[in-house]
Amino acid sequence: MCTVCGCSSGPKIDGQTHAHSHAHDHEHSHGDLTHSHPHAHSYSHDHDHAHGDHDHAHSHGAGHDHDHDHHHYGEGAAGVSVPGMSQARLIQIETDILAKNNAYAASNRRVLAALDAFAVNLVSSPGSGKTTLLCKTIEALGDQPLAVIEGDQQTSNDADRIRATGARAVQVNTGKGCHLDGHMVGHAMDDLRLAPQSLLFIENVGNLVCPAAFDLGEDAKVAILSVTEGEDKPLKYPDMFTAATLAILNKIDLAPHCDADLDAYEANLKRINPDIIVLRVSARTGEGMDAWCDWLRAGLAAKARP
Amino acid sequence: MHEMSLAEGIRQIIDTQAAAHGFQRVTALRLEIGRFAGVEKPALEFALDVVLRGSSAEGAAVEMIDLPGRALCYDCGEAFEIADRLDPCPLCGSGKIMPQGGDEMRIKDMEVI
Repeated sequence: MCTVCGCSSGPKIDGQTHAHSHAHDHEHSHGDLTHSHPHAHSYSHDHDHAHGDHDHAHSHGAGHDHDHDHHHYGEGAAGVSVPGMSQARLIQIETDILAKNNAYAASNRRVLAALDAFAVNLVSSPGSGKTTLLCKTIEALGDQPLAVIEGDQQTSNDADRIRATGARAVQVNTGKGCHLDGHMVGHAMDDLRLAPQSLLFIENVGNLVCPAAFDLGEDAKVAILSVTEGEDKPLKYPDMFTAATLAILNKIDLAPHCDADLDAYEANLKRINPDIIVLRVSARTGEGMDAWCDWLRAGLAAKARP
Repeated sequence: MHEMSLAEGIRQIIDTQAAAHGFQRVTALRLEIGRFAGVEKPALEFALDVVLRGSSAEGAAVEMIDLPGRALCYDCGEAFEIADRLDPCPLCGSGKIMPQGGDEMRIKDMEVI
């Protein structure tokens, strides 16, 4: 359990001395988080059971006058009756716990859609080769407009490596946080000022668990799995591979040296997610890089179509 | 997984609701957690205990309602409940199944005074 993770630990975004040192309005809303559900009570009932002498101490709130010849259930604020919970003081919420993150993600998605930009959220264990893959991808894509958001707990090493290729990059340090969230990515996108029809690569914190639940507004999650990690990794961490659209089986040049069974990797990925697309790649030798770049270009082209 | 972040999300929602409904205190809180939501319930309980301190929901009774996992079999096309992510299809035995539900994490309702 990651009890230390969470947004309050203060993400750091490159070039900003600490989180939120810049002025912005934290109450900007990306949707209505306090929505209410109108509902009607069409039923009527009458029954005149006796209550004897006892007093009703219950309160119906809301200026609700009535005599005690029958009880109302389902007319509290919640519109439901729950045994053990007193009426009219039950507030039905039905709100997703991640509603706030999802609202930020939706806002990011709108910005990307307006630019016809295609964003991928790269997720993997630490050390799967995400940054090397990205550097090689940037080289292979030539003059395609693109930008990179790098997420790590500490250091700007990865953004420095990306910038060395000439690409624009923003490093987000999550501090103790174990994942990027929609809010951090929104601020990083503000800094990047994406060109129309850009590719945006969001390199998430190396972690196969937490980032699965946090929508960033991306078009697709891409899971990167290197051949040294073990064929059963998709079975051990199913949530991430279920959430991913594409899996890159990386470092395939090492497969002969570590007895890796590439077909077993692929079978386990498909078992967890029958829809997942699997590409076998070596960022080091360049094998499979064409297929990966073609997939990115196809995603971008699909985004630009009306 | 990220229970502290979830607890903070819950507190934000409660704070928003407190402003909207004008209540003083939350006495009970009911959450719905899907089987495949990746939420470790004891960890969330621990995180809520810490995060709700000083809020209107400090000390509230927290009930977590389990929602079942559902999946669709890609071979026989049937949808069904599954207990484990790696279970085969109970109807045809296929291993090609895709989760279709059970990733919910919601605040269902709360009792306030």
